[in-house]
Amino acid sequence: MASSVATPQAVRVPEHSFTGELRAIRVVWEREIVRFASDRLRMITSLVQPLLFLFVLGTGLSQLASGSTHGTSFRTFLYPGILAMAVLFTAMFSAASIVWDREFGFLREMLVAPIRRSSIVLGKCLGGATVATFQGVLVILLAGLVDVPYSVSLIIEVFVLQLLLAYTITAFGVMIAARITQIQSFMALTQMLVMPLFFLSGALFPVRNLPPWLAVLNRLDPITYAVEPIRHAVFGHLNLSAETRAQLDPGITWFGWHVPTLLCAGVIVAIGAAMTLVAIAEFEQRD
Amino acid sequence: MAESAVIATGLVKHFGDVQAVRGVDLEVGRGEVFGFLGPNGAGKSTTISMLCTLLTPTAGSARVAGFDVVTERALVRRHIGLVFQDPTLDTYLTAEHNLRLHAELYGVPRAAFPDRMQQVLQMVGLWERREAKVSTFSGGMRRRLEIARGLLHSPRVLFLDEPTVGLDPQTRASIWDYIEQLRATEDITIFLTTHYMDEAEYCDRIAIIDHGSLIALGSPEDLKASVGTDRVRIRTEDDERAIALLREHFGLDPSISEGAVTFAVASGEQFVPRLFAELPVSIRSVSVARPSLDDVFMSYTGTSIRDAESGDAANQRRSAAIFGRSR
Repeated sequence: MASSVATPQAVRVPEHSFTGELRAIRVVWEREIVRFASDRLRMITSLVQPLLFLFVLGTGLSQLASGSTHGTSFRTFLYPGILAMAVLFTAMFSAASIVWDREFGFLREMLVAPIRRSSIVLGKCLGGATVATFQGVLVILLAGLVDVPYSVSLIIEVFVLQLLLAYTITAFGVMIAARITQIQSFMALTQMLVMPLFFLSGALFPVRNLPPWLAVLNRLDPITYAVEPIRHAVFGHLNLSAETRAQLDPGITWFGWHVPTLLCAGVIVAIGAAMTLVAIAEFEQRD
Repeated sequence: MAESAVIATGLVKHFGDVQAVRGVDLEVGRGEVFGFLGPNGAGKSTTISMLCTLLTPTAGSARVAGFDVVTERALVRRHIGLVFQDPTLDTYLTAEHNLRLHAELYGVPRAAFPDRMQQVLQMVGLWERREAKVSTFSGGMRRRLEIARGLLHSPRVLFLDEPTVGLDPQTRASIWDYIEQLRATEDITIFLTTHYMDEAEYCDRIAIIDHGSLIALGSPEDLKASVGTDRVRIRTEDDERAIALLREHFGLDPSISEGAVTFAVASGEQFVPRLFAELPVSIRSVSVARPSLDDVFMSYTGTSIRDAESGDAANQRRSAAIFGRSR
């Protein structure tokens, strides 16, 4: 216990600066990665759900769906939805770390630091996005198992869309987490939100000839704007007749107007940015 | 910089209808160890939170380390160290990693970090354990690590909110050793809260807060001298009657504190023989004490700090009756 004290040498800390904020963002981001990397169990468990959907539900339902998939395997049809799903669940779970940090006190250490609240929020969102995208990449690697070719352009396109979706969902989660103090409440609430968002997005069915109420909800669901471009990218790399393509991958329309991929990506980015701003405002309000 | 480390002027904080702090004025000089005493709920934590920029005052102002706590929050934060009552460590990470996170958040130059980390970890005796995960640390080690972390960015003022609460006596003593050492080696002002009266003895000056207002301020010696009288505690067969008689025949103002009849007299040793001779209630035990900080607290608030915490004295009396002698 006895300690020999080195000659104390005070460190000089520079005043507030932009570089200081960048260091803070980076260290908050890095902590998310370190925590995820040390949690092997979480890595495995968050893969279970996508795999269940893809191989169990996909294989089981293919009996019923074979008539309407025009010779394409139902698993192949599901695959783009699962690419989005893997990201969705992991990103939402990553945002839970803020509630966790609050419960175990570490959030306070960050909140009292001489940095902007926005740096903490950005670091958290980017960290969650990175972790979720990593999970998404694992599902990209499964492409061969569902007869989707490993094409570089496809992988890049899917990767970018996953990254955007991951960021937006994490921002959404962080926004919710700003107001919640208990991990159980957060889990219950996100569970209640994630499932409807996932089902409405058209991850499991083509968004064509839907009854009006479902079509409207589908267009309002942010996840739709990630699922559709991913499906579009994947199906573009399959050998499908134009007719089959139109049946399985009709694309999103707004009042009959076809929404291009780039605009879909723009919608996700815009929602992500809006959620980030709300999350920052919420954290700035709290003492 | 000649300015005092902490200057508070008319600090007020309301939470809805509750007036948690009702106008606190105080000034802490540079290099001082300043103790903030009071029972739970007296307004200690609220005051310290305002000084640390974690709460915005309803009224009044304060300057800490030369900066205004409302208009220069980031500057205040950069120049203070905080150790909270509740742990704020990341227990999944190592001690070193926790310090590195802190250094990044506070903008400590990377080149200066390794030496500074070694200094603060050696100071609290955790240098050998730097690569161990914090989850393997005992409560005392965690508190020491938090103190080291609070010092990492060389703050001008270190705030310690109940630094020894929940620790065993030995660990408490060692925490105080570190604080003493710190005072000797670093150019730093220490502002701490405690509700252990014996710990307040270590402070240069203390302030006593109760119901949101400062009721006493001075060095422990001065405050004790201001009480000026000895404190006599007796246990009797019939407390109610003893109190009535002490009041009528001796002109004293006794009260029940922690299960014993307690009163102040000018010279305790000379009073005790008279007490035995003239009090017709049988006495089971008697003790005479020179004034302590407990007595200071009692003379200013009319209640002991432990009774103040238990809520009401009657409750305390009842539990003392059930569990026998509490001391």
